[in-house]
Amino acid sequence: MDVNKLFVITMSAIFVNNFIFSRFLGLCPFFGVSKKMSSAIGMGFAVTFVLVMSTAVIYPVNLLLVRLGIEFLQVIVFILVIAAFVQMVEIFLKKMAPALYHALGIYLPLITTNCAILGTAFLVLKERYDFVESLFFAFAAGVGFSLALIMMASVRERLDLAKVPKAFKGLPIAFISAALMSMAMYAFVGFVK
Amino acid sequence: MSAWKEFTKGIFRENPTFVVVLGLCPTLAVTTQTINGLGMGIAVIFVLTLSNLLISLLRNFIPEIVRIPAYIVIIASFVTIVQMVMKAFTPELDRALGIFIPLIVVNCIILGRAEAFASKNTPLLSVMDGLGMGVGFTLALTLIGLIREVLGSGTITLQLAGIGTVIDLTHWVQSPATIMILPTGGFIVLGTLLALIQYLKNRSAEKAKAKKV
Repeated sequence: MDVNKLFVITMSAIFVNNFIFSRFLGLCPFFGVSKKMSSAIGMGFAVTFVLVMSTAVIYPVNLLLVRLGIEFLQVIVFILVIAAFVQMVEIFLKKMAPALYHALGIYLPLITTNCAILGTAFLVLKERYDFVESLFFAFAAGVGFSLALIMMASVRERLDLAKVPKAFKGLPIAFISAALMSMAMYAFVGFVK
Repeated sequence: MSAWKEFTKGIFRENPTFVVVLGLCPTLAVTTQTINGLGMGIAVIFVLTLSNLLISLLRNFIPEIVRIPAYIVIIASFVTIVQMVMKAFTPELDRALGIFIPLIVVNCIILGRAEAFASKNTPLLSVMDGLGMGVGFTLALTLIGLIREVLGSGTITLQLAGIGTVIDLTHWVQSPATIMILPTGGFIVLGTLLALIQYLKNRSAEKAKAKKV
């Protein structure tokens, strides 16, 4: 196991190639659920959890597709696997961990159409990560997503109290704040090679 | 006549990008060049129109409980077609759009129109709705791409598979601001455009109020 590579993958997915600020994956929940801190934390956990688990499921499924020579079905198969998996997680959590289910409950169904999940599946293929590297990448991507979401939620909670020009109220000012944050994140470029 | 109305509503009144604010990921990710925005838009028009048509035709056959998975499979099939066609005929566009072509599947606009419109309306209206929404999305993406490219690299790229030209504006746009084609620029441009639309909306609302009084 190449520990150095794992470290680089993790750091780069959290900071340098942050899913929100540099790859533009998962923007809908980023702007949709970042109004309140508690929901941002819930969504962050739910996405991280599903990301890691679905990557663990999709990796062998893809190997099977390659073995059968039907890679062109990737899009259809991946999205079905994700949808089925999210449904399964929901049922499983409801039965086994009701407390966690109540915390994540409403965010789980939304995750199927979160492009971060399907995006990770394709990024893992593009970067040719092996199984362990994929899991680290998925986890770090989830952490990066949560970090961005929580940062945004704390900014937006304060923005509610601030005096914003009328035209910029609501989403426009959220976009501008995201722009400033992504500029700050740009400082991490060069952090890993 | 009502079919025409379904078409125009997606372009202005219910524009998916500027008014409903859906499908943000491709909107910001691929618009570093005008042609990428246009190409993405055309891919979405294709998928959206055909999936709307098929879903509308099947709306009385798909059972209520499994409708979402059924829609997703239909959409994913059309996306696969787009992916294959792009790989074969416009490889440079395929490379520029990268993973955002397969990600059309999870574009909320498409599933949203399937659920909100095509599952309840006739095929003709659904096709017009899909075309209108797709054109609205394409116009929005092309506009954002145009602004970002002119400010960020001082060119307008309208070249695909060797056809078309790259318009060079570096004579007027001296030392372009690279930040506009970085992710930051995407957020700034879309934020400013949304603010502009909100400003126009506020103004027309105030005018309407003044007229009433």
